[in-house]
Amino acid sequence: MIELTRRATFSASHYYWNEAWSAEKNEQVFGRCANRNGHGHNYTLEVTVAGEPDPVTGFVVDLKWLKDVIEREVLSAYDHRHLNLEVPEFAKAIPTTENIAIAAWKRLAPAVSAAHGARLSRVRVYETPEIFAEYRGEA
Amino acid sequence: MLSASHRLHSDALSEAENQAAYGKCNNPHGHGHNYTVEVLTRGPIHPETGMVIDLVALDEVLRTKVLDRFDHTNLNLDPLFVNRVPTTENLCRAVFELLKDALPAGELEYVRVEETENNFFQCGGE
Repeated sequence: MIELTRRATFSASHYYWNEAWSAEKNEQVFGRCANRNGHGHNYTLEVTVAGEPDPVTGFVVDLKWLKDVIEREVLSAYDHRHLNLEVPEFAKAIPTTENIAIAAWKRLAPAVSAAHGARLSRVRVYETPEIFAEYRGEA
Repeated sequence: MLSASHRLHSDALSEAENQAAYGKCNNPHGHGHNYTVEVLTRGPIHPETGMVIDLVALDEVLRTKVLDRFDHTNLNLDPLFVNRVPTTENLCRAVFELLKDALPAGELEYVRVEETENNFFQCGGE
């Protein structure tokens, strides 16, 4: 079994805010991330698929195909967007790095599982070079 | 780091099929990458040395088994790739096999090969 990972970047803005809490509590829990004007990141997305290399082509999956899937399912919705205001899954869920990793997985999993016998095995989202969240699906 | 050239082409496919499967990677004169090879070993910390593995020894294994063999070469001309397309998946597996035999049993956890800044491949013992 080989794991193949494709990296992509997207630039997006967001803020952290829980509507069920008071302004004070939001500011206390989320600090500067609670600023409703938002702030931004250059996110790095790593998408890992696992499978056996095709005995003829030597590919687990065609990287060009995977690049197109990532673009179509994730980047087109997230890149150069305001996550809270423009992305449906973050109308209610706070766009933390953790929730972005899970959301990206949910966007990618149907497309990946439909093809070639490979399976989605890991999605990692870097909010900054020092912070990332990783999701491997539910066991 | 390992700088090598390769061409993705399968004799089992027609010219048109090779083009469709590999695109630019099928260009007849090949192309190159600065591959980054990462080796993860796992084990207990030896009480006398405080080390899992002697890194000098690991460097030597990597140099003699992998870099001396593949660095600044054309991968397609290596005997390992006579009947196997030198995709980075297959290169990853080949490096794993070469290192597995040269390291103490059970210590090699995985090999990761980064082909470009946008993609990398990882394989471990199956």
